[in-house]
Amino acid sequence: MKLHQIAHSRTGDKGNISDISVIAYNLEDYEYIKKYITADRVKNHFYDIVKGKVERYELPKMGALKFVLHDALAGGVTRSLNLDIHGKSLSSSLLELSLNKLP
Amino acid sequence: MKKVVKIGSGAGFSDDRILPAKDLAERGDINYLVFECLSERTVALAQLEKLHDPLQGYNEYLEDRFEAVLPACSRRGIKIITSMGAANPPAAGKKIIEIAQRLNIKGLKVAVVTGDDVTQLVQNNDDMILELDNSISNITKQIVSANAYIGSEPVVEALREGADIVITGRIADPSLFLAPLIYEFNWKTNDWAMLGKGVLVGHLLECSSQVSGGYFIDPGVKDVPDPANIGFPIAEVEDDGSFVVTKIPGTGGQVCRKTCIEQALYEIHDPALYITADCVADFSQVEFIEEGLDRVRVIGASGTAKTDSYKVSVGYVDSYIGEGQISYCGPNALARGELALDMVRQRLKDSKLETEEIRFEIIGVNSTLRGASVEQAPEPAEIRIRVAARTKSLRDARKIGHEVSALWLNGPAGGGGATKIANEVVAIRSTLVKRSEVKTEINYHEA
Repeated sequence: MKLHQIAHSRTGDKGNISDISVIAYNLEDYEYIKKYITADRVKNHFYDIVKGKVERYELPKMGALKFVLHDALAGGVTRSLNLDIHGKSLSSSLLELSLNKLP
Repeated sequence: MKKVVKIGSGAGFSDDRILPAKDLAERGDINYLVFECLSERTVALAQLEKLHDPLQGYNEYLEDRFEAVLPACSRRGIKIITSMGAANPPAAGKKIIEIAQRLNIKGLKVAVVTGDDVTQLVQNNDDMILELDNSISNITKQIVSANAYIGSEPVVEALREGADIVITGRIADPSLFLAPLIYEFNWKTNDWAMLGKGVLVGHLLECSSQVSGGYFIDPGVKDVPDPANIGFPIAEVEDDGSFVVTKIPGTGGQVCRKTCIEQALYEIHDPALYITADCVADFSQVEFIEEGLDRVRVIGASGTAKTDSYKVSVGYVDSYIGEGQISYCGPNALARGELALDMVRQRLKDSKLETEEIRFEIIGVNSTLRGASVEQAPEPAEIRIRVAARTKSLRDARKIGHEVSALWLNGPAGGGGATKIANEVVAIRSTLVKRSEVKTEINYHEA
């Protein structure tokens, strides 16, 4: 199962930092997502682009996690050579993550 | 009856659509129409425009937007607040007066807020440190702009002076929405918890349709009705800072818990410590309650004291970027694309072109998709190769696209649709300045 089946996501950017949310469709899946989608796992998923640390914030009332990826945008929107200079599509890449079983 | 202030969001970025704002002006149940039109680098690019022509440097759609909304706003008493002034609020103010006269609209008071431009201050301060620990003295000569993210104060003052339209340059996005709330409800500007609630109003509305179904749709998974006609959002705010996010009935899109959560967490880093010009907002305990179709009540935001500095975006000429692309399709497309990249790589190497950074990518495989899943990409029906590089001169930057477009005659079979570009790069870095060093000013004009 892919994360896409139980969560949605949006990415934003500020300078060279990427912000990615992971939001459970159903509040009852939040604990499951919290357990398996760790900061380390996100850092590993984006191993080829994230040069800095990955921080995770927990939002139980929203059923959401928030990841802040430092030094992740090749210099940021103004000087990046990326086709997607804002890194807006990183949310879709993150929703590719596999979850072994249904929560 | 309990007082409710209704604010419509007319734009969420410089290129935003205009018809939904016109719709809000003509039939939205609103008191204010706010247009947020500046992204991180928009001001720097506008500063360059102003350097070339002192009458330019404001939002390129200002005229279209005001022509679309001014008649209805003026007739219905809806006040307009906007950052469309970009690098040149005074020129924007003059333009608005000119448009009002042309449309025969009389009795408008237009407030022009300036003072966010701190280019001189930054240029004369060699000790200033930019993010990434870069000293400002390394880029002093290349600086084209420095603009502070000012807060709500001058907008509140302009509203108190009776302004119908307030036009600013760089201002913290949520402050555009917070200002009318402070003015209408007389909120104290050190009531941090209340300001935090007002900042959330602004944060949810500042990207226009991102909270009403835009940038949300995932067909079959996250559908919204009538997506071509997504309506822009409205906040109905009460004096205790609680509010409802909604939109005009009959417009496309939707306002629901999911759209609100996506927007609430957008671009704020730590949700408990969102630093803005007016306070440090705390969204960590926020709850979204669906009250009805396209009506979401928002409660639980808070805040703590503002910091003693303003964030400043410094724009500077950094480098040059050259880029070329060409497409391949059908059987073996990927292999031909990979070969094309190899050939360009070799040719650029043989030409001894110096680049500071260079990318060889295949669009459809690994250019937008980033992360571990890249390795699982299937063979596509068509692909587009892309070579992009950073160089020290525009002349060198042009050579990148040249070598790619030359594949038309000198590359693998079936390459088509080659394009190339080369540009000067105006980059942005952030720094901080003390609030006391930034002096804002308001000038009034009557139409």
